[in-house]
Amino acid sequence: MPRLVSHPDEVKIISRRFGMGATNIDRYLELGGYQAVKKCLSQGPEWIIEEMKASGLRGRGGAGFSAGMKWSFVPRQSAKLKYILVNGDESEPGTCKDHLIFLHDPHAVIEGTIIAGLAVGARMGFIYLRGEYRYLLEIVERAVADAYDRGFLGKNIFGSGMEFQIITQTGAGAYEVGEESALMESLEGKRGVPRIKPPFPAVVGLYGGPTVINNAETIATVPSVITMGAQAYAALGTPRNGGTRLFCLSGHVERPGVYELPMGYNLKKMIYDVAGGIRGGRKLKAVVPGGSSTPVLLPEEIDIGMDFDQVGKAGSMLGSGGVVVIDDQTCIVEFALRTISFYAHESCGWCIPCREGTDWLKKSLTRFHAGFGTEADIDNMQYLAENMLGRTFCPLGDAAAMPTIAFVKKFRKEFEDHLNGKPCPFAREGVPQLTVV
Amino acid sequence: MSEINPETMSIFSPALAKRFDALVEMYPVKRSALIPMLLYAQDEAGYLSDAVVAEVARRIGITELEVRNVATYYSMLRFRPAGKFNIQVCTNISCMLRGAYEVYERFQEELSVGPKGVTPDGLFSVEEVECIGACCWAPAIQVNYDFHDDLKPDLVPGILSDYRGRAKGKANDA
Repeated sequence: MPRLVSHPDEVKIISRRFGMGATNIDRYLELGGYQAVKKCLSQGPEWIIEEMKASGLRGRGGAGFSAGMKWSFVPRQSAKLKYILVNGDESEPGTCKDHLIFLHDPHAVIEGTIIAGLAVGARMGFIYLRGEYRYLLEIVERAVADAYDRGFLGKNIFGSGMEFQIITQTGAGAYEVGEESALMESLEGKRGVPRIKPPFPAVVGLYGGPTVINNAETIATVPSVITMGAQAYAALGTPRNGGTRLFCLSGHVERPGVYELPMGYNLKKMIYDVAGGIRGGRKLKAVVPGGSSTPVLLPEEIDIGMDFDQVGKAGSMLGSGGVVVIDDQTCIVEFALRTISFYAHESCGWCIPCREGTDWLKKSLTRFHAGFGTEADIDNMQYLAENMLGRTFCPLGDAAAMPTIAFVKKFRKEFEDHLNGKPCPFAREGVPQLTVV
Repeated sequence: MSEINPETMSIFSPALAKRFDALVEMYPVKRSALIPMLLYAQDEAGYLSDAVVAEVARRIGITELEVRNVATYYSMLRFRPAGKFNIQVCTNISCMLRGAYEVYERFQEELSVGPKGVTPDGLFSVEEVECIGACCWAPAIQVNYDFHDDLKPDLVPGILSDYRGRAKGKANDA
């Protein structure tokens, strides 16, 4: 069972029921569960959407789009059925927050899904979990079955006369399926390749119907927003960045873990205070602030508040909340290679700039790490990455290109240190080193 | 395993056949059952054999080619057997920074197999996988669907003997 951590600076909203047995429906009710959905039933859809807009809750999957705005794009009248889709395909390297939500508080996800359904007039929701999360799927399935037994789901939810059904779904191993339109393809039983936009999911989504798709953390936050009130929730964060979020601190820190901190919390403090600083008293070399697709930050760039706008201003992105901390004994070329290898593996192959670009970058970096790079390779990698940006259906191409550009720009010297057959200055035992004969 | 049971007209166990009967009716569109069905079939059969692909295609009402087209996309689905306990070592960034490659090497050494290799007794296979969503408890692995967190190379022999014990225990029960 993943270890839970805590720190005095945490503000526990989403995580307040972690470790409290809330997978049990009675326990969840005792802890104030299913009150928010009752409030929503009495207040009606317009009120819910206005609350969500006022809360400043922005998408926790990485794009940071206002959840309330997203919901408001769904047409009121629709000939086709509308759907709610919960994205629990958590796959961005460095991110493991939804893991804990499903493990400790599945009913919050269910309650949030029902509320989203009430807001946009959908009668069916899907909770999609990545295939590797089988034990979590079983927890969620149990919770859904319990909610049906209590009449919280079904033809007449909470005796209101309204219908809402939830179906759980498993993936089978594909990062790309975390992209909203690819997830819909996967749910329709197809290869997880993205769809071109527009039309956006709010208009034409799953099975061609208007669809709201939100990250599992966003959905799990919804009941808290309703219960505590939009203003109180918004006030926890910074302007236009309401509330708190789960930050996954991993890598070379003393106390890795998932911490719930207010939006805008200082990144430096997060690393040195909350996570206990760099492991073994070493020095900080770099930080990946929001999952592996976000551009790396240097130690002098981390005195910033962790909200979408401030991290954006610093030239990176808040992304999925996966903060990966890298110490000074790490080879950035190797780190870049491992990052890009992932995107090359996960590229669905639909768009050529991504399919070829990620593979090309991987090959260049592999050769570099083996000590056989050339001066021209450094510029070529950057040129290649820059030409992938914005030229694909979905953001996977960007996700590979953006960190590459940052690695090359900010650590050019380290790339140069690998030139002309020089062995990697950070080579260590147990790490496969490619040798070119 | 690939014999058709005349009662259920299925190569799967009666319980799984029944589950599949329900699964295709559950969604607005039958085909939505495809990916879960493939994964659950693989859990039981060990891999997607020709017989599995054929039955899944028949149940959904699509061609075998369409099933293969989809199945080859997803990295958890496989067309040849893995070990009874498939050890999946995450080596992505958060795990790598905390020694995942050392753990991966140790598994291969202990079992004398290479990447995606299966031990001669069919008990174990080892593969390197992408991020499994356990970054804060790195390095982490999955043995089939079970997570093991905060690993060190020295913990590898213990994990293996634990699974060997489980296999033996099951054999004795039977």
